[in-house]
Amino acid sequence: MVRFKKMSAILVIVLIMGLLVAGCGGTKTETDKTTAETKEPYKIGAIFDISGKGSSLGIPERDTVNMIIDEVNKAGGINGHQIELVMLDNESDETKSALAARKLIEQGVLAIIGSSQSGTTLSTLEAIQKAEIPLVSAAASIKIVQPIADRKWVFKTAHSDALVTEKIITYLKSKAITKVAFASMNNAYGDSGLKEFTAAAAKGGVTIVAKEKFAPEDTDMTPQLTNINRAKPEAVICWAIPPSASSFTANYRTLDLKMPLIHSHGIGNKKFIELAGDAANGVIFPVGKLLVAEGLADTDPQKAVLVDYAKKFEAKYGARNTFGGHAWDALKVVLAALEKAGPDKVKIRDEIEKTQNFTGISGVFNMSPTDHNGLALDSMVIVEIDKGKWVLAK
Amino acid sequence: MSLASELLQYVLSGLTMGGIYALVALGFVIIHNVTGIINFAQGEFVMLGAMFMVTLIGVGAPTPLAIILSVILVMIVVGIIEFGAIRSAKKASPVTLVIITIGLSTAIRGIALLVWGTNPYKLAPFTKGGPYHIGGATIVPQSLWVIGTTAVLLALTLFMFEYTYWGKALRACMVNKFAARLMGISPSRMSLFAFVFSAALGALAGMVIAPITYVTYDMGLMLGLKGFVAAVLGGLSSTPGAVIGGLALGVIESLGAGLLSSGYKDGISFIILLLVLFLKPGGIFGTSGTKRV
Repeated sequence: MVRFKKMSAILVIVLIMGLLVAGCGGTKTETDKTTAETKEPYKIGAIFDISGKGSSLGIPERDTVNMIIDEVNKAGGINGHQIELVMLDNESDETKSALAARKLIEQGVLAIIGSSQSGTTLSTLEAIQKAEIPLVSAAASIKIVQPIADRKWVFKTAHSDALVTEKIITYLKSKAITKVAFASMNNAYGDSGLKEFTAAAAKGGVTIVAKEKFAPEDTDMTPQLTNINRAKPEAVICWAIPPSASSFTANYRTLDLKMPLIHSHGIGNKKFIELAGDAANGVIFPVGKLLVAEGLADTDPQKAVLVDYAKKFEAKYGARNTFGGHAWDALKVVLAALEKAGPDKVKIRDEIEKTQNFTGISGVFNMSPTDHNGLALDSMVIVEIDKGKWVLAK
Repeated sequence: MSLASELLQYVLSGLTMGGIYALVALGFVIIHNVTGIINFAQGEFVMLGAMFMVTLIGVGAPTPLAIILSVILVMIVVGIIEFGAIRSAKKASPVTLVIITIGLSTAIRGIALLVWGTNPYKLAPFTKGGPYHIGGATIVPQSLWVIGTTAVLLALTLFMFEYTYWGKALRACMVNKFAARLMGISPSRMSLFAFVFSAALGALAGMVIAPITYVTYDMGLMLGLKGFVAAVLGGLSSTPGAVIGGLALGVIESLGAGLLSSGYKDGISFIILLLVLFLKPGGIFGTSGTKRV
């Protein structure tokens, strides 16, 4: 009887801990209020993964958005209206992200940008579609904008994993690599990458000889890498963001694996290199042009925009990264639409969909009723990490 | 790679993480034995140790000094917590006290978030040198540090329990608090001692694992839970049981990730916890599952 009591007490505690892990505390608010001068301000919402596992994405996004809003408001706002930004932190938690979206909808914002990750974006979509409010996400998964019939109000500015996998397959073919191993984070980002890569590989004649997964908070991927090594791939592809992407790379070098290591665009920030240290050298990954902006040809239409953003961001917040760029694109697309449409949600949505030849950070956007991302394959480059720096891969 | 060397690789990886689980589990067991409560803030002690160490190294302290200072800092913090939060509620039932420790863990994590932010920090390994190769498997020097530290701390703990006055007093409290008091041992002082000692164990665990895992404000949550699983596997009241439970859990996780599916690693360890609780509530190595003071 005593044993039974003890067992049930421990079970209760386990359940309590489970609940705690699942979600503790409320959503944090970071509001940046700007005073209305003459005209009513336009209210825009933002949700980013500012704390938690996605913070290496959410923090530069927050900084970029604050920087642009400051700039726009100082220059007199949009059509004479100041922009009032309501920014919420979803703590990298899918449930809290959905709650944050509801909160913003209740506050009557004209459009929402965010979230930072695929999972935290996908969880908001139901509320967004129902409330009929334009959302521009900064996350990767193609599922955010497809099937298009259910995504009337949803757009995104980050390169789709479908586009990235195509870029990787093209690169693999150029190096005559046909057998690869694929390791991914066990979350929406990793799963979406795995699905898209499997499809692209089948189409491109590349065989996946091993598939492995790891949790975002895992710190030792040696077992997975041991499995991968047994399958003898010619290259290894890792679909993750730091810190787990860095751990994976460090373990990879420890085990002294010789095949090329290709990452996804999830490592487009200095944090990856900082955490992985020397292990990062030699890593190859497809990414938007921002990281190597100065090395682009002068004829590249994006060069001026990229160098300007990089300079401004680095003067204020430290090393540039592609995630801030996704937020830059999302906010600028919304502001451009707002300028044309005025404070009308339906018209804003229509204007976003009509975005053409918009030179952003992640590429030149050409949206359409069937493409709510609007980026082409040439918006990406293959970058190699060399002595802790990003360089264009040969 | 042959199957044998693969298995060796899984075991070596497992022993590294298992060593940390064991140290966390030891902390659970010591506090549970003396006070009867399960201290869910144990994982946060690990995080604090690692964070203090990163901060001290960051301001230029040499590694040995940073280790000693961090341990002392964590012991002081935990001493204050025990004195303030646990002792003032000593009339409360163990369940209330357990809930207090859950609150403490959330509070400590929240404060760490404010102080150190959300970014992961990196700590250099204690000793340089390439990975070593043993029978086809690979191990980094820091893993040897982890395994060595676990062994030394376990030996120290056992020595203390068997041969020192303080250790014997702790054991006396476990066996019979009332009789211990009659012999002039203060249970409340012993409770403070148990907390501070567990804090030191946790802090050291955090420091040796930091170069392998990176340091984040929320690293204590998962480590605390895994340490708890390890402690339950070992029966919650046996010191060697906690260590064996920790190492076993680490190896099982690693083998599970390698041989079954890497996606279910955490699932495997929690399923094992549930199975043990259902089938053998006293723990696999537990002998005295009903003893509580």
